[in-house]
This record gives sequence, structure tokens and C-alpha cells, in this order.
Amino acid sequence: MTSDHQPGFSTLAIHAGAQPDPTTGARVTPIYQSTGFVFDDVEHAAALFGLQSFGNIYTRIGNPTQAVLEERVAALEGGTACLAVASGHAAQLIVFHTLMEPGDEFIAARQLYGGSVNQFTHSFKKFGWTAKFVDMDDISAFEKAVTPRTKAIFIESLANPGGRVSDIAAIAAVAKRAGVPLIVDNTMATPYLCRPIEHGANIVVHSLTKFMGGHGNSLGGAIVDAGNFDWSREGRYPALCEPRPDYSGMVLHETFGNFAFAIACRVLGLRDLGPCISPFNAFQILTGIETLPLRMQRHCDNALKVANYLSQHGEVEWVNYAGLPGDRHHGLAQTYLPKGAGAVFTFGVKGGYEAGVAVVSNVKLFSHLANIGDTRSLIIHPASTTHRQLSDAAKKSAGAGPEVIRLSVGIEDADDLIADLAQALAVAAKA
Amino acid sequence: MDHDHYADNYIRDLLDEVKTIAVVGASANAARPSFFVVRYLAQKGYDVYPVNPGHAGKQIAGCMTYASLGAVPVAIDMVDIFRNSEAALGVVQDALALQPLPKAIWMQLGVRNDEAAALAQEHGIKIVMNRCPKIEFGRLSGEIGWVGVNSRVLSSKRATLHGKGFQQLGLASRRDKP
Ligand SMILES: Cc1ncc(COP(=O)(O)O)c(C=O)c1O
Repeated sequence: MTSDHQPGFSTLAIHAGAQPDPTTGARVTPIYQSTGFVFDDVEHAAALFGLQSFGNIYTRIGNPTQAVLEERVAALEGGTACLAVASGHAAQLIVFHTLMEPGDEFIAARQLYGGSVNQFTHSFKKFGWTAKFVDMDDISAFEKAVTPRTKAIFIESLANPGGRVSDIAAIAAVAKRAGVPLIVDNTMATPYLCRPIEHGANIVVHSLTKFMGGHGNSLGGAIVDAGNFDWSREGRYPALCEPRPDYSGMVLHETFGNFAFAIACRVLGLRDLGPCISPFNAFQILTGIETLPLRMQRHCDNALKVANYLSQHGEVEWVNYAGLPGDRHHGLAQTYLPKGAGAVFTFGVKGGYEAGVAVVSNVKLFSHLANIGDTRSLIIHPASTTHRQLSDAAKKSAGAGPEVIRLSVGIEDADDLIADLAQALAVAAKA
Repeated sequence: MDHDHYADNYIRDLLDEVKTIAVVGASANAARPSFFVVRYLAQKGYDVYPVNPGHAGKQIAGCMTYASLGAVPVAIDMVDIFRNSEAALGVVQDALALQPLPKAIWMQLGVRNDEAAALAQEHGIKIVMNRCPKIEFGRLSGEIGWVGVNSRVLSSKRATLHGKGFQQLGLASRRDKP
């Protein structure tokens, strides 16, 4: 392959970052299940600790299996660099830890994975960071929420669970005017469906636990540096633009240029907070990513078939899936997700709470559990599980009303999934 | 020549070909990027000659420092410029006074001077601008992937170990053509 040829997405999904092992010739990336790595000599050790050489020291900071995963995710997202961590939540924690000081604020879409809303609302408060939530569809609300303490804007490309689509370019323009990075959680879309950096994102985060790994077997998270944000502005982002006492006065953005953010997340955030990914999980997720393009297309194709079926079903009140022509986010889906609108969506069953419980209790192929992005189809009734503790009003505004059911459509045969839902809806209708 | 995009093989051949490198504007401050580059290139087996009048006669990252390009006691294969873009022309003029001429002149990330580049190219000198040799060596060897950086190089060839250590990769295996 000549160096000027640009490899396609499927080729990158298999090859980016991975090369036969230099000592054994192993073709598949080995699981380097080792906490530490010997130094070549004292001089080499000093260069590694001073960040003057590339290499491995200790698995809390980096590991060769993890490194292959990082380069692969960076390549798929079109970023300059990536840091893989223990979970999606760990990725978010490290991103904000790198950007924020006590007293700082960030703006977040209100429509986010509920766990992220919890993290931002409760745990981040202890660090003195304030999240201001705005409606994802109201671009002017993002604009109005900007203050001198605003350090970032956070959205999901495709929001969990509503299956709503963000106008990434419009929100990126707000971030640019405010001089803050736009962070996009691309978990639900994956770079196969949407590459937020191409629409102006500066940082992309992932829960690799979901579609990227894709098999429901390993937790993981990632932070991708787009390399397109200027960190040099005096005093704005001290972690990047001020001399680091712990690295003999080095200024990270000067030394690491367009991958400085990813390095800062690793050598400050991950080093000190500690949520590293296990090499075994990195291996599992890498293997999963090799089939991402195939799986993701199948997930989307199946989801559209299931959504179509449900939208015509007499026991179903409504279906929220941006892949359906009548959906209010269908236009944005065509712009940002032309290959498919993902595989997680909600629908409302007639008969309210009892009917919802009856559906999840009577499925035979769908698994009743709290995850998304597995090969297997998954189902959950938020009102009786994840959102159980909320008041009825709070449930409703979170999109978790009594009749709401969330699906994560897997890659089985669509006919079998439809048959399973059909029989469960029939039981629910009789109940 | 398009100085916005360099083919990987152009850079790889250049880094393969040169053995002695003068780093103009090298800093003795271990937190500065130029110090990193001197140290890294020396570790990769290049003979590195920092050029810094304020530090002449002393060492930077174990390499003896000289006051000017002309004072370096060996034939210089590559001049790496760690000065601002305007100053690059003067450095190129100094390089053109060397006997023999260098094979390559490299301007660091952020440094670009098209006039200086054209002048050097008239003398058959290869030019790279607005790049870092440490990043390029790391990228083309695969080492840079160890810190999660996207090397933008795919290869089904075994990585090659470089020098005496385990944590050192060389440039040989990720070449397009044998
Ligand atoms: C969109 C989104 N972001 C982040 C997370 C958190 O990821 P993790 O569970 O890997 O910490 C999830 C998990 O469900 C998610 O769906």
C-alpha cells in the first residue's frame, strides 16, 4: 500500500495500531498482562519518566495492548491520539479533570445517558464543577448558558436512550465562539455511523463497553483528541498551558502540539486518578472493533425493521426512532447518521406500567438487563428499574414514563426479534 | 514540491540516510521540546550536535554544544532548525556555507519559510518544514503508538527492534517498498 493511499474504515477497524509482535511474530495483538516493563538502562528510564521517549513504564499509565486499542480508536474517529481507560465514566471524569478547576462550569445537553447526568450532577459537585443542562435541540440555550467560567460543552451525538440526534455542527459553532472545546460522547453512534470531529468536535469520548466492544463482555472507555483546539490561551486550561511542576516545568501544549490533550489526560489524569483499562478488556474490545462495520450496519438494519414493525402495531402508542421517516429527528439523522440511526430506541406500550412490566417479563429472546450495544437484543422498562427511584413527574421528564420500553436491537435475525416482541405484546395486551 | 504533505517514504528515506544532525536553537532546559528532540535522536543512534552560542562547550542531553553550524567539527548530514520562521532563512544561508553541504534541512513544527526552502532546494538539499523529527521517527517506527498517538501507518510486517533495547523500534519494517 503506498503512503498516499487512504485506507477505508473497515481496513482501519482491523489494522490500525496493530503490527506483528517484534519478538514473537504473533499476528494478533497479545494480551500483555504485565504491570511493569523493564527499562533498557537508567538513561532510558529517565527519558521515559521525563516524557522524552515513547515507551511503557507501568500499566496504570499505559500498556502495549491498550496502546493498540488507543491508536485504533484514534484512527477510526479521525483523531490525532486516544487514551483508553476503564469505562466510559472514567473517560468523562478524566476529560473534565483535565479541563476544569474548582468553580468552573460546563454546559451539557439535558438528554444524556442517565448515568452521565448523575455523574455530572452529584459526583462532579464535590470537585466544585457545575454542569448547566440545556435542551439539546435549543441551540440558543447553549449560547445563553455561556459564562466566563464555562470550560466546555458536552453532548451525545446520538442520545441515550431517546435516540435523538444532536446538531453537532451548530453546537460546535457555539463552542467555537465561546472559545471552549466541544466534547461529544459518540458511544451510541460509533465512528462507523458518525465521526463528530468532521463536524467540529474537539474531544470525543466513548463507553467502549457498548457497540465498540460490541459483545457485552468488557467495560472500557476512550478519550479521543481531535488535535484541533488551541490550548495556548493564557490561564484558560492550566493543565495544558502552564508549566508542570511534576514534569520539571514542561508546558504540555508546547511539547506535544496537536496531541497534547490526550497526553495530559494520560500523564496527569490517568496517572493520578488511576482508572486504567485491564489489558484483557483492551484485547476483547480490540477484537470486537474488528467487526464493528459489519455489526453496526446489521444493528441499524435490524433496528429499523423492528421500529417499523412496532410503529404499525396496535398495542404500541408511539416509537421514538430517528431512522423512521416521520420522526422529528429524522432530518438530523440523515445529515449526521446517513448509514443508520443506531440500534437503541424507546417505544410506548398501551396499558402503561403494567403493560410495560408484562412485555419485559414475557420476552424470550430479548434479555431483560441494563446495558446496550451487545450482539444480543436487550430490553428494559426504565420506570421499574433504572429510573425506579424518581417521582412520576421526574420519570416523565427523563423520558422514563410508565409506558416506556427501551430496546437495544442486536444482530440476530430480525424476524425472530419481531416474533419475540409480537408474542410479548400479545401477552401484555391480555394482562 | 508540496510542503503541506510529505509522503511517508520521503521522510523515512531522509531519516534513514542521515547520520549526523545539527540542532540549531537546542535548549539546555530539560523541559523544552528542543531538548527532547536532541535526547531522542541521540538515543536513536544519530550523532547529534546542538548549536547554541550561549551554551557552547557544554553538553545538552549528553551531546557537545557548538556556537555555530560552522564550528561543528564533522560533516553535517541534516540541519534541524529550532528557531522562528523568519530566522530560518539565516540558518539556511549558514548551512549553504558548509563544506560539504548538508543532505537535508529540517524545520521544526511551527517553522516554515518557503523562501529559505526554495534556496536550499536549488542546491539539491532535501527539505522538510513544520514537522518534528522525533514525532516522525516515532510515527514511522510505530513507537508513537505506545502513547496512543495515531501514526496513520498500517503494516502487516513485523516491527523491527532498534539498537540494544527492547523498547526501541527502527524504521525498517514499515516501508512501502522493500
Ligand atoms: C452514552 C453513554 N455514555 C457513557 C456511558 C457510561 O459508560 P460505562 O458504563 O462504560 O462507564 C454509557 C453507559 O451506558 C452510555 O450509554
